[in-house]
Amino acid sequence: MEEGKILSNAVEESGAAYAVIHEKFGEAISAFDDNATMPFFEVQDTALWTDIALFMRDHPKLKFNYMACLSGVDYLEEGKLGIVVNLESLGVFSHRIAVKVKCPRDGGSIPSVAGVWHTANWHEREAYDMLGMPFDGHPDMRRILCPDDWEGWPLRKDYRVQESYHGIKVPY
Amino acid sequence: MGLLDAAVSRQNVLVTSVDSVLNWARLSSLWPMGFGLACCAIEMMATNASNYDLERFGIFPRSSPRQSDLMIVAGTVTMKMAERVVRLYEQMPEPRYVLSMGSCSNCGGPYWEHGYHVLKGVDRVIPVDVYVPGCPPRPEALIGGLMKIQELIRMEGLGISRSDALKKLAEADVDPQPLIEQARKQETA
Repeated sequence: MEEGKILSNAVEESGAAYAVIHEKFGEAISAFDDNATMPFFEVQDTALWTDIALFMRDHPKLKFNYMACLSGVDYLEEGKLGIVVNLESLGVFSHRIAVKVKCPRDGGSIPSVAGVWHTANWHEREAYDMLGMPFDGHPDMRRILCPDDWEGWPLRKDYRVQESYHGIKVPY
Repeated sequence: MGLLDAAVSRQNVLVTSVDSVLNWARLSSLWPMGFGLACCAIEMMATNASNYDLERFGIFPRSSPRQSDLMIVAGTVTMKMAERVVRLYEQMPEPRYVLSMGSCSNCGGPYWEHGYHVLKGVDRVIPVDVYVPGCPPRPEALIGGLMKIQELIRMEGLGISRSDALKKLAEADVDPQPLIEQARKQETA
């Protein structure tokens, strides 16, 4: 956070929440991005993501009890896949924050938070279905939208559709 | 030629061909299968409802493919759904008709290039008799397509194959433009 920068109340609240997490996890998380649209931080040590999520949900000063959204992202240039998790604290605090978690594009995986927020169960399955990174510790890790025997990961930026599916031509 | 145009001799005696009677009965009670796949289904339901009242044509949706004569493919056919559509089509008794409603089921519609999950035209998996363009088509367009199916049935008969009937239907096609202009002239006169 830049010194002397004037932030809105909402971003300041998110910054205060970030400070609590940073105090506990230190270098495992990146610096705080105080943009006004959706303030976020990135998890540097991917293996700690489930612990960070539990801490954020249960700490009396944080109480991120609501996972609003979990989206998958393809960072083709970086050679990484990732997720963006939007968290809020319904009925307790008014702070909100986004968390980014990344993993290598080839053979990488991300720890699951389906046990922390049950909403994450289907969201993670969707991210897996579209981008192909498995979530470790997920109770039911399989495709959710595409057929089980679909080939490839449709939302990857270098995706090419398969020629046929069960004998039916797929491209136009 | 419709049944009522047939010659009537004496009282209560109607002279006509078996073909005409059978075709009249079939085209006056077309039972479509009651299923919809996307937004086109909303227009189809609106056509069934009181404003457009498909029942005046004897068209009434049935809940089982085994009781249906007609399949209205109303909406986006995904690759996952395509196999189910084929299965439902195979469960329908013959003679059966297929009306493809809207751009998606005609050719993939807005998903034609980047819609990896969409079947680019339901005619890739089942034979289609009538295509209704639109996104989605208005109820009038759907009724137009259904009347086309009725015309197709009228072209059929004993010993006439479906492909022959479709050819006859294409030959009997009337250019609507002169008729529209004629109607406009009468209106302004």
